[in-house]
Amino acid sequence: MSILVNKDTKVIVQGFTGKEGTFHSEQCLAYGTQIVGGVTPNKGGMTHLGKPVFNTVEEAVKATGASVSMIFVPPAFVSDAVMEAADGGIELAVIITEGAPVKDMMSAKHYAVKKGMKTIGPNCPGIITAEECKIGILPGSIFKKGNVGLISKSGTLTYEASNQVVKAGYGITTAVGIGGDPIIGLSYKELLPMFEADPQTQAIVMIGEIGGDLEIQAAKLIKEQITKPVIAFIAGQTAPKGKRMGHAGAIISGSKGTAAEKMAALKEAGAYVVESPADIGVTVAKALSERK
Amino acid sequence: MNIHEYQAKEIFKNYGVPTPRGGVAFSGPEAKKVAEELGGNLWVVKAQIHAGGRGKAGGVKLAKTLDEVEKLAEEMIGMRLVTHQTGSEGKIVKKVYIEEGADIKAEYYLGMVLDRALEMPVMMASTEGGMEIEEVAAKTPEKIVKVAIDPTIGFQPFHARKLAFGLGLGKDEQKEFIKFAKALYNVYVENDAEMIEINPLIKTGEGKFLALDAKMGFDDNALYRHPDISDMRDLDEEEPTEIEAKKYGLSYIKLDGNVGCMVNGAGLAMATMDIIKHEGGEPANFLDVGGGANPDTVAKGFEIILSDPNVKSIFVNIFGGIVRCDRIANGILQATKKVEVNVPVVVRLDGTNSEEATEILRNANIKNIIAATDLKDGAQKAVAAAKGEL
Repeated sequence: MSILVNKDTKVIVQGFTGKEGTFHSEQCLAYGTQIVGGVTPNKGGMTHLGKPVFNTVEEAVKATGASVSMIFVPPAFVSDAVMEAADGGIELAVIITEGAPVKDMMSAKHYAVKKGMKTIGPNCPGIITAEECKIGILPGSIFKKGNVGLISKSGTLTYEASNQVVKAGYGITTAVGIGGDPIIGLSYKELLPMFEADPQTQAIVMIGEIGGDLEIQAAKLIKEQITKPVIAFIAGQTAPKGKRMGHAGAIISGSKGTAAEKMAALKEAGAYVVESPADIGVTVAKALSERK
Repeated sequence: MNIHEYQAKEIFKNYGVPTPRGGVAFSGPEAKKVAEELGGNLWVVKAQIHAGGRGKAGGVKLAKTLDEVEKLAEEMIGMRLVTHQTGSEGKIVKKVYIEEGADIKAEYYLGMVLDRALEMPVMMASTEGGMEIEEVAAKTPEKIVKVAIDPTIGFQPFHARKLAFGLGLGKDEQKEFIKFAKALYNVYVENDAEMIEINPLIKTGEGKFLALDAKMGFDDNALYRHPDISDMRDLDEEEPTEIEAKKYGLSYIKLDGNVGCMVNGAGLAMATMDIIKHEGGEPANFLDVGGGANPDTVAKGFEIILSDPNVKSIFVNIFGGIVRCDRIANGILQATKKVEVNVPVVVRLDGTNSEEATEILRNANIKNIIAATDLKDGAQKAVAAAKGEL
């Protein structure tokens, strides 16, 4: 078991024939992901990487039965691509593109919600169900199959955390990189209950960072609904106020959104909060042995 | 990206958001000329820097004669203004804004910002004009009235009425205020603003509303479609090393410690700073070299880190994913040939092909390079090296 995607998930790629789209689609295909086609306007009818190319998402969905779209289009066209996916019957859009304007994502997300389409990202590494399906730019080899779910705002920290979990003798069910932008799709509050409901997942690692209050919302939810152990790390304990730390959303505004505030809330909610990012793996091991 | 008050007011004027008349000046005589053209017998001389709290710090002063305008402008230009938002080093004033004096009957606060939890912009108003809004929010939250504006319906009169009633405005004033608020919403949405703050918004003796101050920040990701706003960028207001880093696709922020950091990915870069602190050191910087991490970006990274004289050691922390570690190791070796690195460099490479990478570094046998096995080991070695204990 896993959440959201598995070996049977059919995926199309928007921005399939571009440089990034091509490179990462090849990597996903090599991993075993069922990419069944792609969309590039005016290239419909072509074959790319052995898969059919369509002019519109609607055509692609009708012809292939795809339920997920991986989006690689340039930032100026992201909102259009997301809305087209929602309109075309896609159930989950994984938006890899970095640099999309906030205003565009705001309207795209409102529309996606209205159409019942889930989104992940933008500006994220994607989602992977270990040894079954990878959608995005994550390095597949790091994610060994196991029983730990992973949710993270940061790409390389997702890899770091998975690597530590594997070195500690465990593995991953599904890892989701939710992205570090001010407006994102699925986040902790939607994903934690999915992992809670997944019988394979026995522990959940959540990696947050400064800025916004998603981690605070997560803490409330953990307290009320989550029975599985949650191991949490918040990046940016040493970040200065008012500075944007690489990610568009990683900024302490005034006194809001600090790591200390988020760590305290998570601790209070009963999560295993690690101060050092090197302790994620060992803490997973500790949490799982305590709950046995 | 942030802009100056005088630039924000230019944008305001184009959208019909009323402001007092004024003009920018770069010298005393220029300031006098602006004041002369404005006419009247009361002017305000305002230092133009990207930080709030100018009034208390001596950056906003009243003048009653043209000579006084000139004198104040001359004193202000070139001065180092230290406000609660500039940090202790302050900011050098390079220009002033000369504005006609206003007849202030009441002061309010009006601002717009993205509410990340609601995922829509909110407009906020308060009767506590001139106060820090954070302080008002902490002490007297009931004095702030907020409306969230669903972008699919846009700004409606009812939004403005809610704010107007919250401010206790009378019937005649409401009409003026609604016009003002609607125009401000257009400024925010049409320019991809991230934040607008008018503090204070004033009501004049005639019952007109005027933006006495104006602060604006923009969504960097949307600047490509606003060339006019991009042109307003004032590089004097930004850290030179941060600008230099950006040119090479690096994201750099200087801090006060002595352990330099070079990392791929923003989250891991923050986590690296955190672990240095956790292991008893102080990070000298945040540096995200991005997904590529090739010899050129790594060389540039070393150069930028070493431009900070406080740096006593460097921790290179790379988690190789799609970009393999062996290639990054070679990149680091090439970079050390391009840039003279005279402090110990602790290198931790993990992820895809990390064993080959460690082997490459070991075989190269460069005196300043110390290999680390994992995150913790790397942080400990980098901290020890900075203390001269390695």
